[in-house]
Parts: sequence; structure tokens; C-alpha cells
Amino acid sequence: MSEPLLEIKDVRVEFEVRDGIIRAVDGVSYTVNRGETIGVIGESGCGKSITAKAAMQMLPKPGKITQGEILYYRRDKFDPSRPTQLVNITKLDPDGELIRQIRGGEFAMIFQEPMSSLTPVYTTGTLISEALFLHRKIPVTVGDQMSQKIMQYRPVTKEEAREISIEMLQKVGIPKPHERVDAYPHQLSGGQRQRVMIAIALSCQPFMLIADEPTTALDVSIEAQILDLMRELQESVDMSIMFITHNLGVVAEMAKEIVVMYMGKQVESAETVSLFYEPKHPYTRALLQAIPKIGRRSGERLASIKGMVPDPFHLPPGCVFHPRCPSFMPGKCDRIVPTWKEAEPGHWVRCLLYEDV
Amino acid sequence: MEEPQVTETGPEPQPQAQKQELSQAYWSLVWWKFKKNKLAIVGAILIFLFYFVCGLFAEFFSPYLVNYQSDHLESRPQPIVFKTPEGKFTLRPHVYGTVAELDLVQRKRTWTVDKTQIYPISFFVKGQPYKLLGLIPMNIHLFGINAEKYPEATVFLFGTDRLGRDLFSRIIYGGRLSLLLGLIGQALTLVLGMVMGAISGYYGGAVDILVQRLTEFVGAFPDIPLFMALAAAIPVTWSPILVYFMLTLILVFIRWGGLARQVRGLILSLREREYVLAAKSAGASDWRIMSRHLLPGTMSHVIVIATLMIPGMILSETALSWLGLGLRPPLTSWGVLLQEVSAVRVIRFAPWMLIPVPFIILAVLAFNMLGDGLRDAMDPYGGR
Amino acid sequence: MAERIATKSENIILDVKGMKKYFPIQKGLLRQVVGYVKAVDDVSFFLRQGETLGLVGESGCGKTTVSRTIIRLYEPTAGTAYFQTSLFSADGKPEMVNIFDLDKEQMKRIRREVAMIFQDPINSLNPRMSIFDIVSEPMVIHGVSAGPEMEETVVTLLERVGLRKEHIRRYPHEFSGGQRQRIGIARALSMNPKIIFCDEPVSALDVSIQAQTLNLLQDLQADFDLSYVFVAHDLSVVQHISNRVAVMYVGKIAELAYSDALYNDPLHPYTEALMSAVPKPDPKYQSERLIMQGDVADPSNPPPGCYFHPRCRYAVDKCRTETPEFRELKPEHFVACHRAEELKLKGV
Ligand SMILES: Nc1ncnc2c1ncn2[C@@H]1O[C@H](COP(=O)(O)OP(=O)(O)OP(=O)(O)O)[C@@H](O)[C@H]1O
Ligand SMILES: Nc1ncnc2c1ncn2[C@@H]1O[C@H](COP(=O)(O)OP(=O)(O)O)[C@@H](O)[C@H]1O
Ligand code: SF4
Ligand code: SF4
Ligand SMILES: [Mg+2]
Ligand SMILES: [Mg+2]
Repeated sequence: MSEPLLEIKDVRVEFEVRDGIIRAVDGVSYTVNRGETIGVIGESGCGKSITAKAAMQMLPKPGKITQGEILYYRRDKFDPSRPTQLVNITKLDPDGELIRQIRGGEFAMIFQEPMSSLTPVYTTGTLISEALFLHRKIPVTVGDQMSQKIMQYRPVTKEEAREISIEMLQKVGIPKPHERVDAYPHQLSGGQRQRVMIAIALSCQPFMLIADEPTTALDVSIEAQILDLMRELQESVDMSIMFITHNLGVVAEMAKEIVVMYMGKQVESAETVSLFYEPKHPYTRALLQAIPKIGRRSGERLASIKGMVPDPFHLPPGCVFHPRCPSFMPGKCDRIVPTWKEAEPGHWVRCLLYEDV
Repeated sequence: MEEPQVTETGPEPQPQAQKQELSQAYWSLVWWKFKKNKLAIVGAILIFLFYFVCGLFAEFFSPYLVNYQSDHLESRPQPIVFKTPEGKFTLRPHVYGTVAELDLVQRKRTWTVDKTQIYPISFFVKGQPYKLLGLIPMNIHLFGINAEKYPEATVFLFGTDRLGRDLFSRIIYGGRLSLLLGLIGQALTLVLGMVMGAISGYYGGAVDILVQRLTEFVGAFPDIPLFMALAAAIPVTWSPILVYFMLTLILVFIRWGGLARQVRGLILSLREREYVLAAKSAGASDWRIMSRHLLPGTMSHVIVIATLMIPGMILSETALSWLGLGLRPPLTSWGVLLQEVSAVRVIRFAPWMLIPVPFIILAVLAFNMLGDGLRDAMDPYGGR
Repeated sequence: MAERIATKSENIILDVKGMKKYFPIQKGLLRQVVGYVKAVDDVSFFLRQGETLGLVGESGCGKTTVSRTIIRLYEPTAGTAYFQTSLFSADGKPEMVNIFDLDKEQMKRIRREVAMIFQDPINSLNPRMSIFDIVSEPMVIHGVSAGPEMEETVVTLLERVGLRKEHIRRYPHEFSGGQRQRIGIARALSMNPKIIFCDEPVSALDVSIQAQTLNLLQDLQADFDLSYVFVAHDLSVVQHISNRVAVMYVGKIAELAYSDALYNDPLHPYTEALMSAVPKPDPKYQSERLIMQGDVADPSNPPPGCYFHPRCRYAVDKCRTETPEFRELKPEHFVACHRAEELKLKGV
């Protein structure tokens, strides 16, 4: 049974810059279910990261959510018996108390660049402990009332934080965690740094992990380790993952469901197998054909998408993909804006090929 | 071979073709960002005014010549009022007159404001003759008192000093030397710093070690004592102009190290950029790499650093001259003006002699505001 | 063996033997040398005219250093690199000259015939130079062309790589990543080189742009009979574009073979592990990953014996003490592993 954790509904994010307004995200809706992985793919600049940042209320300036809502089905972290609370993230103050509890404590994020996302002056132990002090509590039994244990929570102590840090480092596969807990980020390799990032993100046992291209900067060998690690951890703590990437291979392995984005809009979303085996949107099809596949004979020409991503200030009319679309229908695609339609059960697409117009 | 469904077309369509003037994009972006920073604009305007008024046309903007000694010794500032001698309001500025009194404490004549006398200020009046820009003989001043109508009247807006010289005029003149020293000194520092920094960063090895130790050596000395030692070594017999240039050189010598280090750092990071390697792999000479690929890349940074360093230059001159080690009369700079305030007696009996201080502060602030604005604007891609 | 695209010619145009590049590690005020990073340690390979040699390996294994040392952006520590050129021969016939023996003046001349394409489409173009200045720079340096003629050449080059005439006065930041990479390619082509060293030319590009760029590189190769040394860490890209592939590990070549042979029947355990780690864009594919434990060895302090032994599942005692020799086990299939004959390894 899939139960929603985060519902992104018709969200629009705009940036006001010198040359006008960039609509970085335009009417995106998807749902992240509890314990499942959703993959978000698309070309650079199509709005994948901005959507994720909007969900954390962490939009860079001058970005603003100008439409839609992001609903978070919030469970009490320590007391699952309490009723689920519905939080509209778009309505929260970006510097408020609640969003800060959610950020880091309940949603955690791993960034693309492992080099610059760790503060260089702290040891890995300190970095993990800091997150623990903020967001993790230790249960203590304060009494027994009619065989019903009364639990309370207290903050972690320094010693416990160090122990948990070492345990986390071990979990993410860092050799000699007892020594590495006192290492500074620059003393670690790129892959190790990324693993420390993951350790920080996971140390607070979040409900959702937003992984924004967590392996793009890494070698395949380390990428493989990290993907395995994330899956293992997901199973053990029932965590949802929003996996942002432009690597189709990675997303095929990780995600249960995939959202394809192009120029701020989602163009297709479906279960992974259905998306890879029966892609509907011409953009998705083109993407799948454009990747060289390992094991396939070499020397062939690759199918590529003609042209390039349009200028955000001069978006083409009608379907934004039409100047590059191999199935372009003159008179239709350049006039009518396609809508978000369920072409098959669970398979949504935004393309006039699947609309009667 | 499977037939690809999507095939590539050759040249990409260019949707951005409408964008005009693209080649100017960097500077227009810098300008756009700079314009948004109000403080920086204010700083730029102030600096322009300072150099325009003090640097170029001091003679015109000041009512008196710099070393003109009136017989009004230590006259109080004469306030501007907007009323006629009959007491009616007018838009034309007037000044109160002054009157001599015998000060029994100091046992001398002092000049205070006499509210019964009111004189109109005239604009573009004939006054003491001078040469505009050192070339064109003129006697028109921006403002003053019509000497033919009111021969006894004076216009000492900021009062006079012990020798009866108009402080307002002297501040304008003093700005010329102080600000010019800042500019010339900084230009020389820039050249020296960039050359040394570039050599050190580009060639590395022994040259680098040598230059670096040298900058550390110079930088390790405390500034003021070093100034003092060097300035004290300037022979007293030298002409004031020679002293001025020596002082500039001393300041340059003490300050180039910081800039050289910054340039070295920039060059070191630029040197590893792939475009530099690309030029090398195409066979470019050291000179070409330096002049086409490395130094231009440091320019925006260097301009900012240099702007932010000018106030230090001006303040150093002021400090040195105030200590009596820098410029000496008859040269007039802001430091020289302040030197006259070193005695407690002056502060007590002629506090208006401190009026140069706010001008120095203003000039320093203006450079800092401009420098900060430039720094933000020069990086339009915001660290991307 | 799977069918392979035959190399156009048997003419060897670059022959590298025993190349080493050690970077000194300096410490202290006077920068004493306290050790060496053995970035490239005894590498040998050759390149035929018109073929593409792929170079793969984890980051830091020395791929970039190999190409930069051959074109003497770095001074080699040891070895030879014979390059076929007629620049120095009296009768205009091609002869093999050792690039590592050339003096400064000769080196400058030879730079016309070897060009380079860089990884980072942002950093490899000087942001303060117009596209014209960037593409024409090699011609200016070598004084081969000037004025309107040069402008014409630049326009032709730009059009060849899929850019347009009006782009000539623009600046790099006005272009997308894929377009910038095309500018870099135009610059590399400007002197009619024989070999182009492509250092991760598509690693920073999106899938669709990557495909365009790879196709362009293949077209240019066919048109101008270019030879490529193609560095990448994406194994599928390398397989796609290369005739032969070399797998590097900590400064040494572990295995070198025709790409289909290498991908289908690898002989080196490292190749096998690397290949199994590649995520396949197929959700039904059941991957059996051979996770390599630990990190790449430190090139300044490599382990004794076979550098790969701490991570190798097949390591035996001999591996921990003896360095395996780089040998030709099958025709044109080179490998450096003690157990290459006996192991049955899985390809993709
Ligand atoms: N701070 C900002 N100011 C203005 N525009 C921005 C800003 N941040 C992002 N954008 C714009 O928003 C759009 C979406 O950006 P986003 O970072 O979400 O892309 P992405 O899909 O994550 O790409 P990548 O794969 O490169 O990470 C882009 O057009 C980008 O130029
Ligand atoms: N200029 C240099 N100085 C010192 N060490 C270097 C330098 N360039 C590369 N190295 C080292 O040499 C090794 C190989 O680097 P490189 O060839 O860039 O690897 P790759 O291209 O395979 O990622 C790495 O350990 C790297 O740290
Ligand atoms: S709507 Fe038309 S142009 Fe857009 S993707 Fe569908 S077929 Fe292509
Ligand atoms: S030599 Fe030994 S350790 Fe090295 S790859 Fe072969 S089997 Fe593994
Ligand atoms: Mg992103
Ligand atoms: Mg590299």
C-alpha cells in the first residue's frame, strides 16, 4: 500500500532576473510515497533541483513559489501513534521553526558537489554530531503504567553523538571509522566525502532523502557502492528517496517511478518499467535512444535530439518541445499547449499525440 | 544496424538570435549590477566631485588662494544665512561679517561673528588671479564677496588659521595633493604589484620563493615605524616637490606586497585553467599566455583591490604628514592641515581647524563604497 | 569475436613506450622533494592513423596526465613517444620523431599536428576572448593566416562543427555547454591536426548534447582522417566511440584490446569489476555487481606487487609481491595480470 509522504501540486517557481522572468518550474505535480523512490530526470536546467529545493523551502534568491502547494503528510517522528498532520510547505516561513525542524530532521538532502558541501574546518565527527544534536533524540523509559511503557526523549550526549557518528561512518562504508571520525573533509577522497554527506543526511533518520545527482561527480565503482548503500539503508529505515539525476542507468536501477521534466514542465511520468519499455513522450523516447549502451556494438551513430534547449525568455509557442520534436505535427503542436493527461492507467504524459484536438 | 528514429540535423537552431549587443554582455551586466547598488553610485559621484573640485579646479572653487594670508587671524567660521541686511528672507546666500575683539585670556585679537553685518555672496566674482589648470590666467572664482562693493567684507566659511589663511580654500587645495598622491601612488603600486605577482605566480620555483619572501619581509615591518624611518631619511634640504615624490615612492614600496600576493594567487589559479593549457598546447609563448590569458583575467579583481587600497594610501599620507614626517609647508595637503591642529591650544581656541577631518572620512568612505560596489558588480555570475 | 570496425590503416602514427610522469611532492619552506606521485608509470601503447584509442579508468588514475605528457604540457620523466611527421624531414617523407627529444622551437612546430579538446566547456574557453579570437588563436600563434582569409577559415570551421557565422563575435558565456564544446573542437581543428587528444570531451554534457557531440567527432574523424586518443570515465561512451580501449589503474595500463574483445571477454579482474559497476539503463536487468572494496590506491604510495591486489577478488600470494608484466596474451590483447590465462571473467 503506498501512502503519500509529499505531494507536489501544480507548483510554479519563478525567478525575476534582469532580462525578465524565468519560469524555472511550471505546473509540476508529483507524489512521493512513503518508503519508495521516485526518480526525476531531464536535461540540465530543466528545473529538477529547483523543484526539490522548493520542497525544502530553500529556493535560492530571487526564486519564489508563485503557484501551487506542496503538502507534507507529517508523522510524529518519535510517536507514530499520533495522527498524521498535514503541512503545506509553501505556506511556511522559510526561516521559521517548523521548516527548520523538517529540514535535516525529516527531509535530508545530498548535493551534487561533494567538495563544496562540507565545511572544511570541522572534522567528519563534528559534522555528523552537529546534525545529531539538532535532530535526534534518544528514547528513555520514564515509567511503567499498567504494562504501558511511558517514553520520553532526551537529546543525545556528546559521547553518544561520537558513537553514533562512528557507527554511521561504518554503515556508509568508510574504512577505519574510528580514525576517520577525526579526519577533515580535505583528507578524504571525493567518494568518501560523498559518503560522509550521506552519513550526515541519514544520521537523523529522515523520512525522505532528496538526492540531487549524488553520484554525478563520482566514478562508476564508487557510484555503485553508494547506490547499493542507499538502497540498503532505505530498506532498513523505510525512507522515501527523491532521486534527481540525468543518468538514465542510475535511475533505472533505483526508482520505482520516474518523472521526466523538460523546460520546467513534467512531460511524462510512469512506473520505471513502463517508462523504459513503453516511453510515450517523444522527448523521453529520444533521451532513451541518445545514450550509448554498454555491450552494444560500437561504431554506430547515436540518435540524438536535434537542436538544444530553448532560451527561457523566448519559449516556443504551443508545446515547448516542438522545435526539436521528431513527431512534430505542424499546425497543432506549435499552437496548442498540451495538457497533462493519463494516457494509460498510471502513465501520464503531456503531448498532443495522446490528446484529441 | 537499427535505424534510429530520431536523427540529428546539422546546425542547431539559435533561439537566442534576437539578443543584441551580445559581445558587450559582460560589461553591460557589470554596469547593470553596479547601478543597482546605490551606495556605490554615491561613492562614485563623490569621488568624481572630489577629483573635479579639488584635483582639477581647486583655484576656481575656492574663494581665496591657498597661501593668501589675510589679517583675520584665527577668525571663526562665518555662517551662511538667507536673509538680506534688512532682515528679509532671500534665496541668495549671505554671510555675517566678523568683528575683532580683544581676548583677555589669550591676550590677542580674535575675530568673531558679528550678526549685525550681512554681506551678499556673489557667484563668478572677480578675485585673486590664478592660472586655471596651470595654464589659463583667470581671476574668476565660483563664489566670493564683491570686493569693489564691500572692501571690508570676508567670506571665511570654515574660518581661518593662525596665519589668517582661509580654511575652506585650504581644504580644497589640500585635497588635491592628498587625492593625487592616492591615485599616483596606487597606480605605481598596481604596476609593481602586478608585475611581481605575475612573475612569481607564473614562473614559480626559485623566482616565486624569492618574491614571496621579499613581500613577507616588507610586510612584516610595522607600517608606521617603517614609514617614520624612511621618511626621516629624506633630507630636509630637498624641495617640497621632491619630498612629495619620495613620499609617494615610500608608500608604494611598503604597499606593493599585498597586491603582488593577491595577483600571484589569481595567476596560480588561472594558470591551471584549461584555456591556458589550450593556448600552451597550441604553442603560445609565455608572453602571449601572460598578456592574453592571465593578466586580463586578474583585471576585474585587481581594479577592486586597487580601489579599496586607495583610502589606505590617503590615510598614510595624512598620518605621516600629521606626524611631521610627510609633506611640509608650503605644500598643503589634508595631513598638513591636520598637523596644525596638533597643539591642544588650537583644539581649544580654534576647534574649526578640525573641519578637514570629515572630508578625509568622506573621501575614504567614498572609495570604500565604490570598491565594494565594484567587487559585487564584477562578479555578475555570482560564483557560478 | 564480435565483428569490429576495422581500422582504416595499419599505419602507426604514434608509438609511446615506457612513458613515465612523476610529480614531485614538495614540503616545507624551501620546498624539498619528499616523494613522488607516480601519475603515469611505465605506459606503452600505439595509435594507428584514423583510429580512436579509448582511455578509461577511475579518477586520478592518470588518464589526463598521459595525454598532457605526450603533448609536453607536462615534461615526461622517462620514455619515448614517436610521432609520424614530415615536418622535419628533408625530403618531405613522413618519419618517426621522438616528441620527448624535440627542442622548444621544434615542439612549437609540432603542435600544429597534435591538438587537444578539454573536458570543461566553461573553463576551456577564455571568457574574455571572442569566439573568433579563440578559434583563430592557433593560427595567429603559428602565423599561418591573417586578415579576411583567416576570418573565412574560422567561419568555415564554425560551420563545420555546427555553429553559425554570426556567432563569431560573441563570447563563450553566451553559449550552452554543447555549443562551447563545439567551439573547443573548432579550435582543435584549426591547424589541421593529425591527432586530437580528447580529454573527457563529453563528460560535462547532457545526454542529448553528448550524442550530438559524439556524432560530430565521428563525422570529423571520417572527413579528416583524424586519430583520436579519447579519455573518458564513462565506459559506454568509450565503447561507443573507440576502436581499441586501454583500461588504466593507478598510472599503469591494466588491459588494452579491441573494444569488443575487451568488453565481451575481459582478461583483467579490474576491467571486469569496472564493467559490472556500470548502471544499465534497463530496469529489468538484474545486475550482479562486483563491488570493489576500498578506494583507488594512492599513486604516491602504491601497494607492492600488483597495484590492484587489495581490491582484487582473485588475488593470490604472488600478486602481493610481484608486479605483473604488461604482455600480449592474445593478438592485440594486452593485459597485466598474473592470472589472466586461468581466470574466466565476465564481460557485459
Ligand atoms: N538563482 C537563480 N537565479 C535565476 N535563475 C535560476 C537560479 N537558479 C536556477 N535558475 C534557473 O532555473 C532553471 C532550473 O534550474 P535547476 O537548477 O532546477 O536545473 P536542474 O534541472 O537541476 O539542472 P542540472 O541538471 O544542471 O542540475 C534553469 O533555467 C536555471 O537557469
Ligand atoms: N600537476 C600535478 N601535480 C601533482 N600531481 C598531479 C598533477 N596532475 C595530476 N597529478 C596527480 O596525478 C594522478 C593522475 O592524475 P590525472 O592524470 O589527472 O588523472 P585522471 O585524468 O585519470 O583523472 C593523480 O593522483 C593526481 O593527483
Ligand atoms: S505535443 Fe507535438 S511537439 Fe510536443 S511532444 Fe507531442 S508531438 Fe512533439
Ligand atoms: S595480478 Fe593478481 S591481484 Fe593483480 S589483477 Fe591479477 S589476479 Fe588480481
Ligand atoms: Mg541540478
Ligand atoms: Mg582527468
